[in-house]
Amino acid sequence: MTQVLFYLILGVCLWALGLYGLLRLKESIRRIISVNIMGSGVFMVMVALAARSEDPDPVMHALVVTGLVVAISATAFALRLSVADVQEDDQ
Amino acid sequence: MGMTVITPLLYWLSWIFLLLSAGFFIAGTVGMLRFPDIYSRLHAVTKADTLGLGLLVIGLSLRADDLYSVGIMILIWLLVMGSGATACQLLARYGRESEGDTEADDVAS
Amino acid sequence: MSLHEWMLDGTLGLLVLILAVAVLHVRSLYISIVLFIAFGLLLALIWARLGAPDLALAEAAIGAGLTGTLLLAAYGRVSERRRKAEEPLDWHAGPALLLSLIIAVILMRAVWPLPDLDSALVPAVADQMAQSGVGHPVTAVLLSFRAWDTLLELLVLLLAFMAVRQLLPSLPRQPEAWPLLQAWSRLLAPLSVLIGGYLLWRGSADPGGAFQAGALLAAGAILLRLTGLLPALGWHHFWIRALILGGCMVFLAIGVAGYWLGTGFLGYADGWAGPLILLIEVFATLSIATTLTLLVIGETREVRE
Repeated sequence: MTQVLFYLILGVCLWALGLYGLLRLKESIRRIISVNIMGSGVFMVMVALAARSEDPDPVMHALVVTGLVVAISATAFALRLSVADVQEDDQ
Repeated sequence: MGMTVITPLLYWLSWIFLLLSAGFFIAGTVGMLRFPDIYSRLHAVTKADTLGLGLLVIGLSLRADDLYSVGIMILIWLLVMGSGATACQLLARYGRESEGDTEADDVAS
Repeated sequence: MSLHEWMLDGTLGLLVLILAVAVLHVRSLYISIVLFIAFGLLLALIWARLGAPDLALAEAAIGAGLTGTLLLAAYGRVSERRRKAEEPLDWHAGPALLLSLIIAVILMRAVWPLPDLDSALVPAVADQMAQSGVGHPVTAVLLSFRAWDTLLELLVLLLAFMAVRQLLPSLPRQPEAWPLLQAWSRLLAPLSVLIGGYLLWRGSADPGGAFQAGALLAAGAILLRLTGLLPALGWHHFWIRALILGGCMVFLAIGVAGYWLGTGFLGYADGWAGPLILLIEVFATLSIATTLTLLVIGETREVRE
């Protein structure tokens, strides 16, 4: 087993763990964390694939940098939605 | 730059510092896990990490290629020390202010 | 690979898995968030292991730092009552586990042959590097070969900010900041500007660039805002609007200018690629920093009314 394969498998495991959390947890913040863990699994697969060649694949790296920023945008929006929902409940 | 030539003596000396630093990190971690209350845990983790990181910086400086990387490592050490001290103060204050429900506190710390 | 490399990879991998399981299973939401921050920092180490220093920087700043702050802020806003209420689980453990396992097995079979295949993109990028105007391949992909993606990404960030703005601004009143924290923030904030500027400048030749620099600047601004050293920020300030929109507008203007001058949309004229990319990066950094700051600390209620 090579280093690349090791991290590919790890990425798949993280993705599956995140999915399990997403299905099992009800609290919205925890669900958002689960989706973030799934995203980390995807990033890990992509970074491991980038490490296949002698010089790491810059296209994959650029995609993951983009992905990180998109992930935090979506997380911020989702968190604000979940908090807005709570505030309406409390009023 | 090539300021330092890595001699075998420096190399072995750096191992001593690296091992010492690993010892401090392990002691700090054990202290954080085993000590009873928030203050002694903070004490263990900040003291050991500051010292551990300092020894690590010394150990790595002895085998660094140039002064530039030594300077960067010392800067990192100073930053981590400052952050550690500030975070330690904040956590200790938080611990003192929310004394009463110490159980939740212990878990949260 | 040698044994000690395997020990390092194995330890990192095992720790990441344990942390992910702990994040999902620990009872207290607060501990779960703190563990998630640790998870992000560990991921940054793994990116560095896999030869991706750009990602390590971005993950530590964005994935662990800013996302952690967002989660903690959301945690502070959710009421105690709501948090303690026992909620029923959506799925039973059995079916959820089964479904996750089945999909994991399918994905494993899909990724198994991948390590032996080669990507055609690596030599393609290496061939074109000379024409990109920058020396760092990741920056070349982000701002030259696939500038479209980066422009659209800035728009996604803008869209997320606009969407968040439409919801209630809901930052609870902050407690008085402690003097020590204020003093430390006074020291850290200028450092974040210095290091952010350095990362931006180095991004054309070495790991770094607009996103990492923007995230660092945002971290400095958030620290100042949280310790009460910065006044409330809001969309109604002209300069905030200019900073947030500046990134997209400069990017679009340069894209349209390229179209007009005959090099195509987002095509740079010969010899101009380097300076134009730097110009876009400067404005993108400021835009990313302002948008992330406002996304994380939000607009305060006084400001909106």
